[in-house]
Amino acid sequence: MSTHGPLSEEGLVRLLSHTGERLDHPDFGRYASELDAARLRRMWHDMTVVRAFDQEATSLQRQGELGLWVQAVGQEAAQIGSGHALRSSDFVFPSYREHGVAHTRGVDLPEILRIFRGLQHGAWDPAAHGFHLYTLVIGAHALHATGYAMAMARDGLVGTGQETDGAVVCYFGDGATSQGDVNEALTFAAVNDAPIVFFVQNNQFAISESTTRQSRVPLAQRGAGFGVPSVRVDGNDVIASYAVTQWALQHARSGAGPVLIEAFTYRMGAHTTSDDPTRYRSHADEAYWAERDPIARLETYLRGIGELSDEAVEAARAEAKELGRRTRETVKAWGRPETATMFDHVYAEPHATVAAERAWFSRYERSFADQGAHA
Amino acid sequence: MPTFETFHMPDAGEGLTEADVVTWRVAVGDTVEVNQPLVEIETAKSLVELPCPVDGVVTELLVAEGDTVDVGAPIARFDVDPGGEPEVSVPGEVSGADSGVLSVPTPEAEAEAAAPAASSPAPVEEASGAVLVGYGVSAGSARRRPRKEGALEPVGGAGEVSDYPVLAKPPVRRLARELGVEITTVTPSGPGGLVTREDVEQAAKAKSARSLATYAGDEQPWLESGYTADGGRSTRVPVKSVRKRTAEAMVKSAFTAPHVTVFHTADVTATMDLVKRLKVDRDFSDVRVTPLLIVAKALLLAVRRHPEINASWDDEAREIVYKHYVNLGIAASTPRGLLVPNIKDAHRLPLHELALELGELTALARENRTPPAALSGGTISITNVGPLGIDTGTPILNPGESAILAFGAIREQPWVHEGEIKIRWVTQLALSFDHRLVDGELGARVLADVGRVMSDPAQGLVWG
Repeated sequence: MSTHGPLSEEGLVRLLSHTGERLDHPDFGRYASELDAARLRRMWHDMTVVRAFDQEATSLQRQGELGLWVQAVGQEAAQIGSGHALRSSDFVFPSYREHGVAHTRGVDLPEILRIFRGLQHGAWDPAAHGFHLYTLVIGAHALHATGYAMAMARDGLVGTGQETDGAVVCYFGDGATSQGDVNEALTFAAVNDAPIVFFVQNNQFAISESTTRQSRVPLAQRGAGFGVPSVRVDGNDVIASYAVTQWALQHARSGAGPVLIEAFTYRMGAHTTSDDPTRYRSHADEAYWAERDPIARLETYLRGIGELSDEAVEAARAEAKELGRRTRETVKAWGRPETATMFDHVYAEPHATVAAERAWFSRYERSFADQGAHA
Repeated sequence: MPTFETFHMPDAGEGLTEADVVTWRVAVGDTVEVNQPLVEIETAKSLVELPCPVDGVVTELLVAEGDTVDVGAPIARFDVDPGGEPEVSVPGEVSGADSGVLSVPTPEAEAEAAAPAASSPAPVEEASGAVLVGYGVSAGSARRRPRKEGALEPVGGAGEVSDYPVLAKPPVRRLARELGVEITTVTPSGPGGLVTREDVEQAAKAKSARSLATYAGDEQPWLESGYTADGGRSTRVPVKSVRKRTAEAMVKSAFTAPHVTVFHTADVTATMDLVKRLKVDRDFSDVRVTPLLIVAKALLLAVRRHPEINASWDDEAREIVYKHYVNLGIAASTPRGLLVPNIKDAHRLPLHELALELGELTALARENRTPPAALSGGTISITNVGPLGIDTGTPILNPGESAILAFGAIREQPWVHEGEIKIRWVTQLALSFDHRLVDGELGARVLADVGRVMSDPAQGLVWG
């Protein structure tokens, strides 16, 4: 572990050590005070279930049931911790690895796989969950999120001191911070005091490119240049991730402007199922981070204070297994949608060209002998 | 009854077409469960472990370790209901038919029959029937969806046709014709259903078997646009353009003009000295001075002394056509093939201008920009085989010409010079001529003159 640069521990907020000891922090400790044992158990449970789902999805891809899968293994604390700090008046713009956040927003996990089976571009109602569709273009949604946040301010949904006050949380990775879009979004958000929390999960790799090849300084330091208050948190510490997000959301909802959070974590899996991380990182590195597993440390802590029983662990395991089975069955039961549905959401209003193309395509489809049999 | 499922090679990356089977983690007869390691494969991207897709018993491993398997091909079969009731009787084998006693299996017999079902070969045979569950039997084989018969009016031509016009640019249509590909059968990949050049080439490739590599790692550009024959053991390339014209010209020339070739070995040390001197001459600083330039000049001088060699045989008119000009052809190997562009009125050119023209001719040929006019109207030619390290050859006449000079490699060799053995620059010259109009003596004199000038360029002054 380096002492400087984007992979150092410089300025990390940590409230739970990797060996399971509870720590305090002068500024952020109080934001975790509302986390009682029941809340922490819930977080542990969510992380466990999300990881099981993640592994099931990986298997399904390897069995040819999914075109692609994007694992979030290792990033559960950053996602579940920040997700638990959200309330219904907030709105999330995820990128494509935020399965944990999706879970906290009430998205039924197997539904996510519609995207990765190539059936739908989006698989949930963003308005119903306060959770936008996944964006696959790196960093593109940072601008959408900023615009949405600016609109929320204009709609009077910020700074009233009411429960209706909300903020946008935009999730992206370390690689996205190198994109123009993200830098433009930070600029706009800063000068407009947009109620938005930029949540960077620094998982140390932009596919295969180390964060050290993208920045000389910890990513959180970039916020200063935009005039955006920033904080760097141990992304494998679910308590600290919750605490800094709680602070950031309160700041943004109050109308004080944007915040940048860098959650320093580690992508324990591959970038996607198409990737082979052994080509660009060492087993020693993987072993180092395996010791810092976000789920294990919370489990150690909860067991240490007598708040996690064997029965609870067993129940969670059974639930995870059941989710795996349900995921498998759900995915295998999905039929292929009519190909013509791809014309459905190109425009919100009827459109002559699209209608003509749709008609041509239907005619073309009908020319095949096995029409209808391919579902 | 046992229920079978087939597992097909998945695309473990994005858009992979095949994978190598590295290690099977299970064996036939093994009881397996969902997500236990099944097989390790290696793709173009990575080493990947495939988890087992079902709970059940492995009944068949369809590919061996080390095999390269197409994505979509079946690789393993499972009995996902090994405890299920086996089929009791087989038609025609009902033992009770003769005796009049119908045998009914006892519960013990049933259990016995069910237990070994997994490892016995019987279910495997069953699996070859059309009773696979889940995955269709045809998956991975037929990728193209069949079209309805008569559902579409043909657009023209044989083969699979569609009811909308094929979109393709004219050169692509021509390419399809050349490659023998029916364009209406090509799957378009371009924007708006446009058939692209790549689509046609792909279709042509798909049509023919892959050729065997003659030697591993060989690049064989001459095989381009060919198709394989003989089960991939050979490739047949349609004869086109330059190759076709070369062949026609060679056949016409070789079988109409009786060729005779004479040879001469010459000490060209003086030519090499001259080349060296001209290279540093300010007047020649804008041109490339090579021994070819001197041999061209020497041939022009020889033609001047023996103009009757610069002629052609007009078979139809039964006349010999003597040319009062020399269009000097230089055989050139170009990206298109062998071409013989000529320098017009080369007999009038002073050495510097000749060098300029020669340089331009060579440059154009190398860049594949030789103008058609430069390829016709030649009267006599030179083929410069020396740069290939060849001493000389027996060149075939460019059709319509009566002589061609081959200029071989110039080497340092022991040579008797002024009564002593010295190391001298030596080359071989060969002159092929049309014996119908050029007698041996004339041919010999022309070649000797060329050799004379090469040995002593000053002779050019005397004859010039």
